[in-house]
Amino acid sequence: MPVEPKSEPDLKIELGKQGVFVTTVSEIYNWGRKNSVWPMQFGLACCAIEMIATTMARYDLARFGAEVFRPSPRQADLMIISGTITKKMAPQVVRLYNQMAEPRYVIAMGACAISGGPFKQGYNVLKGIDRYIPVDVHIPGCPPRPEALIHAFMTLQAKIEAQPLTGSERPRHLDAEAQGLFPIPAQGAHDLEPPVNRLVWPLPAPLNAGENCG
Amino acid sequence: MKTAEELLAIIKAALPGAGVELVSNPSPSAQHSLLLGSSTAVAVASFLRDHDELALDYCSNATGVDWPGKEVTEKMKVTKLVEGVETVVEETVKRVEPGYLEAVYHLYSVKHAHREIAGPVVLRMRTANRTDQVQLPSLTPVWRSAEFQEREIFDLFGIVFTGHPDLRRILMWDEYEDHPMRRDYVDPDDYEYEPTPHDEVLKRAEAQKAGIRESGVTA
Repeated sequence: MPVEPKSEPDLKIELGKQGVFVTTVSEIYNWGRKNSVWPMQFGLACCAIEMIATTMARYDLARFGAEVFRPSPRQADLMIISGTITKKMAPQVVRLYNQMAEPRYVIAMGACAISGGPFKQGYNVLKGIDRYIPVDVHIPGCPPRPEALIHAFMTLQAKIEAQPLTGSERPRHLDAEAQGLFPIPAQGAHDLEPPVNRLVWPLPAPLNAGENCG
Repeated sequence: MKTAEELLAIIKAALPGAGVELVSNPSPSAQHSLLLGSSTAVAVASFLRDHDELALDYCSNATGVDWPGKEVTEKMKVTKLVEGVETVVEETVKRVEPGYLEAVYHLYSVKHAHREIAGPVVLRMRTANRTDQVQLPSLTPVWRSAEFQEREIFDLFGIVFTGHPDLRRILMWDEYEDHPMRRDYVDPDDYEYEPTPHDEVLKRAEAQKAGIRESGVTA
């Protein structure tokens, strides 16, 4: 009796039972990528303590293939922005991101990294690192617990796994046209210049949704 | 431990013409302080440090205070000729009290092991105004622990300490020009994205968005 063709994953399981392993290039490529993400060893504030805890025996980020924290941006492909980014530090963070090799990913960890957090109205704190570099996963929390960082990491793994190798959604390292260098803000007389990179941080929708924003 | 009044008496006896005044604190803490004059501050500070009995050898804290100028309305009785008759008229007079910047130092004695101390000895110094005459003598040559804190005061309040060995900004970057802890500091417009804007922040967010749209920088 012929087996009814099921959905693709079911078919794979069915074939697996018969001892047939079927995969695609992108699948095995992304499987390798998502299980060998090397974060950069780099902490900014108290969130870094939680990040360290995540790598230790109790939470053990090594289970997800991310145990090697590289002390050099050249060898890392994940930047965990763990903590408050002061305006004095922001140019260095962007510079470190520029020095990382593609494919590279960013997790913004904690209230400060995603928005400025409790220091949002301050004169010396950047209101979120996504004003200068593209962020893949945002985690709220002050600081987020290690479970939250692991969840963010798994979210990133799912994102890597789902990336097609061709087409407009392909990762940046497979796209020769992709922008690799992000402008490093200068420390000006009153603020960082420019205060935001509009290419990665477009102007949000107006507060009055019905209004024509032109 | 001596009270501020006793300290003042000791200083006045030893250094006549020291130009030290008492700044009283009317609150229940009654933590009175000594106001030093700019010209004699280093001499008075050295005296307090080297005095056998006082031995205020440790400056635990140095910080700044901004006192902006304020408008004072006073009712004054003025004698005037009203319809040929001298009468006493009450007039409201407005005048602006000039503001100043203040540096505050907290002193303890390690030599006397803080035994009878209820609180620190508080020294103050005031600049002539808040704009062009913002120099004060540095007390870093007297208490080395004041070095970084005077740099912080210089950075955030803009008091220039003459005689400081290395007066640079310490928290903000070197190219920065403002003094953000001053009360009239206005922080840069960086408000276009606020999840829950209200009051002043809402106004600034709206104004900034309008400005960005006019300049055509949209993504």
